[in-house]
Amino acid sequence: MRRYSVFAVAREAMRAHKGWEAQWASPEPRSAYDVIIVGAGGHGLGAAYYLAKEHGITNVAVIEKGWLGGGNTGRNTTIIRSNYLYEESMDIYEHSLKLWEGLSQDLNYNVMYSPRGVMMLSHNTHDMQSFKRHINANRLYGIDNEWLTPEQAKAFVPPLDIAKTARYPINGAALQRRGGTARHDAVAWGYARAASDRGVHIIQNCEVTGIRRGPNGDVLGVETSKGFIGAKKIGVSAAGHSSVVMEMAGVRVPLHSTPLQALVSEPLKPIFPCVVMSNTVHAYISQSDKGELVIGAGTDQYNSYSQTGGLQIITHTLDAICELFPMFRRVKMMRQWGGITDNTPDRSPIQGVTPVPGLFVNCGWGTGGFKATPGSANLFAHLIAKGEPHRLAAGLNLDRFRTGRLIDEAAAAAVAH
Amino acid sequence: MLLIHCPYCEEDRSELEFRWAGEAHIARPENISAISDEEFAEYFFLRNNEKGLTYERWRHIHGCGRFFNAARDTVSDRFLMTYKAGMPKQMLPETGASEETVETYEATEGDAR
Amino acid sequence: MSTSSNSGTFRIKGAGRLTPARTARFTFDGKSYTALEGDTVASALLAHGVHLLGRSFKYHRPRGILSAGPEEPNALIDVSRDAARRQPNVRATVQEVFDGAKIASQNRWPSLKFDVGAINNLFSPFFAAGFYYKTFMWPREAWVKIYEPFIRRAAGLGVAPTEEDPDHYANRYAHCDVLVAGAGVAGLTAALSAAATGQSVFLVDEQPEVGGALHYDTATTIDGQNGYDWAQATAARLKAMPNVTVLTRTTVFGYYNHGFLGLVERVTDHVAKPGKDLPRERLWQVRAKKVVLATGSIERHMVFANNDRPGIMLASAARTFLNHHGVAVGRQVGIYTAHDSAYETAFDLKRAGVSIAAIVDCRADPGEALLAEARGLGISVLSGHSVTDTGGRLRISSMTVARNGGGDARKIAVDALIVSAGWTPSVHLFSQSRGKLRFDDVNQRFLPNIYAQDCVSVGGCNGTDDLAELIDEAIAAGGGSFALSGENRFEWTGGMIGAAEGAGPDTTVKAFVDFQHDVTAKDIRLAVREGMHSIEHIKRFTTNGMASDQGKLSNMHGLAIAAEMLDRPIPQVGLTTFRAPYTPVTYGTLVGHSRGELFDPARKTPMHALEAGEGAEFEDVGNWKRAWYYPKRGEDMLAAVNRECRTVREVAGVFNGSTLGKIEVVGPDAAQFLNLIYTNAWGSLKPGKSRYGIMTREDGFVYDDGVVGRLAEDRFHVTTTTGGAPRVLHHMEDYLQTEFPHLRVWLTSTTEQWAVIAVQGPKAREIIQPFVEGVDISNEAFPHMSVAECSVMGVPARLFRVSFTGELGYEINVPADYGPAVWKAIWERAEPMGACLYGTETMHVLRAEKGYIIVGQDTDGTVTPYDAGLGWAVSSKKPDFVGIRGLKRPDLVREGRKQLVGLLTKDPALVLEEGGQIVADPNQAKPMTMLGHVTSAYWSENCGRSIALALVAGGRARIGETLYVPLKDRTIEVEVTDMVFFDKDGGRIHG
Repeated sequence: MRRYSVFAVAREAMRAHKGWEAQWASPEPRSAYDVIIVGAGGHGLGAAYYLAKEHGITNVAVIEKGWLGGGNTGRNTTIIRSNYLYEESMDIYEHSLKLWEGLSQDLNYNVMYSPRGVMMLSHNTHDMQSFKRHINANRLYGIDNEWLTPEQAKAFVPPLDIAKTARYPINGAALQRRGGTARHDAVAWGYARAASDRGVHIIQNCEVTGIRRGPNGDVLGVETSKGFIGAKKIGVSAAGHSSVVMEMAGVRVPLHSTPLQALVSEPLKPIFPCVVMSNTVHAYISQSDKGELVIGAGTDQYNSYSQTGGLQIITHTLDAICELFPMFRRVKMMRQWGGITDNTPDRSPIQGVTPVPGLFVNCGWGTGGFKATPGSANLFAHLIAKGEPHRLAAGLNLDRFRTGRLIDEAAAAAVAH
Repeated sequence: MLLIHCPYCEEDRSELEFRWAGEAHIARPENISAISDEEFAEYFFLRNNEKGLTYERWRHIHGCGRFFNAARDTVSDRFLMTYKAGMPKQMLPETGASEETVETYEATEGDAR
Repeated sequence: MSTSSNSGTFRIKGAGRLTPARTARFTFDGKSYTALEGDTVASALLAHGVHLLGRSFKYHRPRGILSAGPEEPNALIDVSRDAARRQPNVRATVQEVFDGAKIASQNRWPSLKFDVGAINNLFSPFFAAGFYYKTFMWPREAWVKIYEPFIRRAAGLGVAPTEEDPDHYANRYAHCDVLVAGAGVAGLTAALSAAATGQSVFLVDEQPEVGGALHYDTATTIDGQNGYDWAQATAARLKAMPNVTVLTRTTVFGYYNHGFLGLVERVTDHVAKPGKDLPRERLWQVRAKKVVLATGSIERHMVFANNDRPGIMLASAARTFLNHHGVAVGRQVGIYTAHDSAYETAFDLKRAGVSIAAIVDCRADPGEALLAEARGLGISVLSGHSVTDTGGRLRISSMTVARNGGGDARKIAVDALIVSAGWTPSVHLFSQSRGKLRFDDVNQRFLPNIYAQDCVSVGGCNGTDDLAELIDEAIAAGGGSFALSGENRFEWTGGMIGAAEGAGPDTTVKAFVDFQHDVTAKDIRLAVREGMHSIEHIKRFTTNGMASDQGKLSNMHGLAIAAEMLDRPIPQVGLTTFRAPYTPVTYGTLVGHSRGELFDPARKTPMHALEAGEGAEFEDVGNWKRAWYYPKRGEDMLAAVNRECRTVREVAGVFNGSTLGKIEVVGPDAAQFLNLIYTNAWGSLKPGKSRYGIMTREDGFVYDDGVVGRLAEDRFHVTTTTGGAPRVLHHMEDYLQTEFPHLRVWLTSTTEQWAVIAVQGPKAREIIQPFVEGVDISNEAFPHMSVAECSVMGVPARLFRVSFTGELGYEINVPADYGPAVWKAIWERAEPMGACLYGTETMHVLRAEKGYIIVGQDTDGTVTPYDAGLGWAVSSKKPDFVGIRGLKRPDLVREGRKQLVGLLTKDPALVLEEGGQIVADPNQAKPMTMLGHVTSAYWSENCGRSIALALVAGGRARIGETLYVPLKDRTIEVEVTDMVFFDKDGGRIHG
């Protein structure tokens, strides 16, 4: 792999960039691999990369129905943070955040991780109690997260309206300074390039249509639109389509897939320095390096694989955005789109072994999968390589739905009284 | 925004009047206190999440207030029928992955497989 | 000077449809200009010979006006009336001039003509597509500190408004049988056809007048009339019909599920002095049974070297400026085309007296008819030639022309260059409706194929080129049947996609595909070389099609260049999906009236105004406004709460409990139903008594709580938490309708029917006694947890003896409308007795002193009744209730679960922080093992010390242990206790 650097770019600039090679190979599939990963999003490509880099397993294929990075990796609002409440969550998201901090250098690909700060707005006593619970838990766990007064919040984000007369006045905010954003496509491409360089096969436009199992029930490989491909181990990391793929092996996972919408504004000169979220009024906003205001909207209420959603979800979100930032009322929405999120009953992910020997699953990241990409991929690789979960991901198992040991981030945050 | 036919009101109404209520035809076990942990997990957590034809419940919460069942294609979001709560599952041809289904990806994919 | 020369020296007398006498003044970058009414900013500036309007995104290249419509990628301007009414990124080709408009160019510093950012153009070899992925990585910190801030500053086009928008926006809903999008020939005809059948019709067009292509295509005749005149007459006819709504200046921006469309109507942006009552824009949300798409086509530019200089313009745009606005785009105009339509423009310009330098046609044989007409007009045609370069700095001054394949190169002086590569059917809305496209190989275009909704495409957007055929198609789409004749000479098919001669694979020239984002043909080739083989990858890598025009001009060219490079047919490379909105939509328009008070209307109790009059501070609880505390003069919150807490326990307090959720549960099987819904047993509860109930879901976690009073064998008055009422009712209805439909029970929400006045404290009985009739409220006759229907001040009431303070207490429910009168009377009696009004904060403190929990504060969704110390409320005798099985799951019965306990700080003066985490060893290394957290913490004036409740792992077994709460700046030592801090034997409640 030719290294990327300012010198390489300068050299290529002298010869019309004719010397760049393909970032990843597009090989025909072999008849069998040691490991097949289903789904070439950030999680799947990353898992392949870490299998090769950290576990020496390079006979790996990542099989993708569409094009790599084309699912939720390329559709999300790129928020990165680790200030979750429960230890199981803090473990994986903080592991991820630490990997984000060195990812560009590790992959030799600028993923533009931008720790510009993620601020969550508190609007009432209940929010304040909940945020301080998070802040205290995070601090004792070694994760940065701090409480700001409304004035401090305003100083950090000048467009914010902190008037006490607002419908939901702001009584403070929680700020994780290491939180921020990254360039979503670059994450997929960077992992694809680095994995491909280590010998991983990335097979795009190849749909998995079945999972073949042996007489003992263990996996033998996958049926695909390009024929059967053998595998000793299979890792499913197919986000909203995970239920469909797991069903092929007769494994049911507690997921429901719903459309999640997002939108961007026309490009504007820098006006919004960080990421701001408000659970109470349901708004998420940041400004991309290109200048677009990137806004996360809510999920539609029903199961769907349609990657579209209702206009009412968008208008509701913009109601909230304009309430928090009245100066944005004349800004224009340039593009709206949808992705399919895979949600678990406790809104925490599932990563672990399955009842089928050799079959591993990584799904249920809901609306928060992007931030987890490096951490999830790294621990998923460990799971596949060792056959058992890493300590940091042990709580994310499927069995928790039997025992009742849920990791209920939503319940811990959202119950109003 | 979906347009939903309430089988009680016998009218097409906007989605804003309705609340989605999860998969249909999941009966609460009669002897619930006696079932195993696995059976409980299956009853309470596991859902089909079909890509294609799905049976689901809706409630006309800002209308007549009634729960009812619907058959819908989760790829096209088209309703195939709605029917009253308590009625048995209405069998319909599987349409999920048929040719007619219009699936929208961000890009249309090449056909050179 | 005549009026016409006043409005611009490029205005051509006798040309166009604007009225020379009606003028408007506006400024552009501070310089004043005169326009004619009906001008766009683009046409008005062109009339004055101004072509330079902006700078591109990346290289800051000078840019002019490319189009005459919403597809404009270059001429983006800032439009303002005043400081607060400023709009960035407006397309000059769409914005109508109004008197007093202040127009400014964007993305330049210090001036449009001299822009420092243009230095980027010199370094452009370095800034190839995706270069930023390959560099700026070393040293690591520099990305955050240097590179990224630099990139961010350079990015963006317009400047966001910095003041709150004073304009308002309106919102309408509508239903119709047929919505027709686009009012050109096809749309007008379809609307006419549908309207004639009596269907309700919406005809929508984004331009100020109907007509579409007839704005520029003056050679079309319909029904024997000039096409444009026919269009206006037809619109007038349609407007007069009661079943038709014609909306102009209105864009169908989104086509959603089940025939739902979003429209934005621009109401005042073209008006000099809008009426104050008028909205700036109006959002229409229309549900149409059928949609007719008549959105026409968009002309493509030619992709060749330096094809972006100001003065280079689409043929249809130049023709619009001439035939509609009466403006010549130059005096010495060159044409570069791969399509017939540019000839029409050349002919019209020539006839209007503009000199045509040459028509350069890259096709070898444009056809004899065109050539003959050109000859007749004295225009020289260079067929089989290409424009290989252009000259000029801030405006085109020359084009370099060469024979295809090279040779015979010469430079020709021009002051404008008209280009056309052909037409792209506008399938955006069809695609948004989730229809599937097919590729028309012959004509190299995507056309509608499989429809996903009840929708039909007609005319240009359906690839129908012949006018007679188009009219028939439109009539059929409308459902009517009549004859309409039409003749034109316009050909929509043909042309080329991809890079033109001279911008081929081996050149290093800048041949722009996407103008706004400065994406060139070589960028697309680079993307392919780097392994980007899906069009979606190419789009994202190069940002082709991601600018504010969303690829209306660039998509097909980009696709063709990629396909050529990949050596694959176009359909195999794919087409990026068109997403809403068709053109950008103002947030304010989507928000409409949902702002301020109407953003999420606050729920207020009947006594709200009285509470405010008594000086209450309010807090938000869910969407309710609740009285929080009642500060007297000079009191801060703590002082007020301390006084209220003391007074309630010493005398009495009056509290507004109206926000509590209330559900009337009625029917012969009501008790049986409640047995299934609550963990408690209800059969033993006698009429006239009430009981505290706990509700779980099937998972066994506490869902809600509240007091339930039995008024009769078959009637219960159920209360819920303030925020929980709607979901509890939904939960109950779910079980009643679908799991237990055999039970004869009816549920009614009565939250807003009852006003609730709580009177708590030793003097509570004395205070309410004189008002109560119909029930003996003596301690003996009406003990704690009694309930009765009676009258209070002559008003029918439900009286509960109940306490959330641990004091003797009553809750009086009266019909909501009587609430204020009863509240006032009670307060007038209570106040002289030394009682106080108290709010939610005091309520919280008093209940915490007694260890009463608040669901949602002391519990979250992971706490069982046993964890909360409420195991006594879970009946062990019932065979079934919702939650019975979930509660027995392994993790819910394991040792060491978090349990609710009391905490007392070793230093009684210290109040813990709610949300503080609890540890056994504060000196352990991070990550620490946390045992739980503080759920409630207050200064208790009545206890003379701080108190707290907490969830602690194995909490009840730790009573007496010392634990620690490490806060940011100090660690607080605490002792684990039981949860009751005041009146431990509970005697006062029975007083």
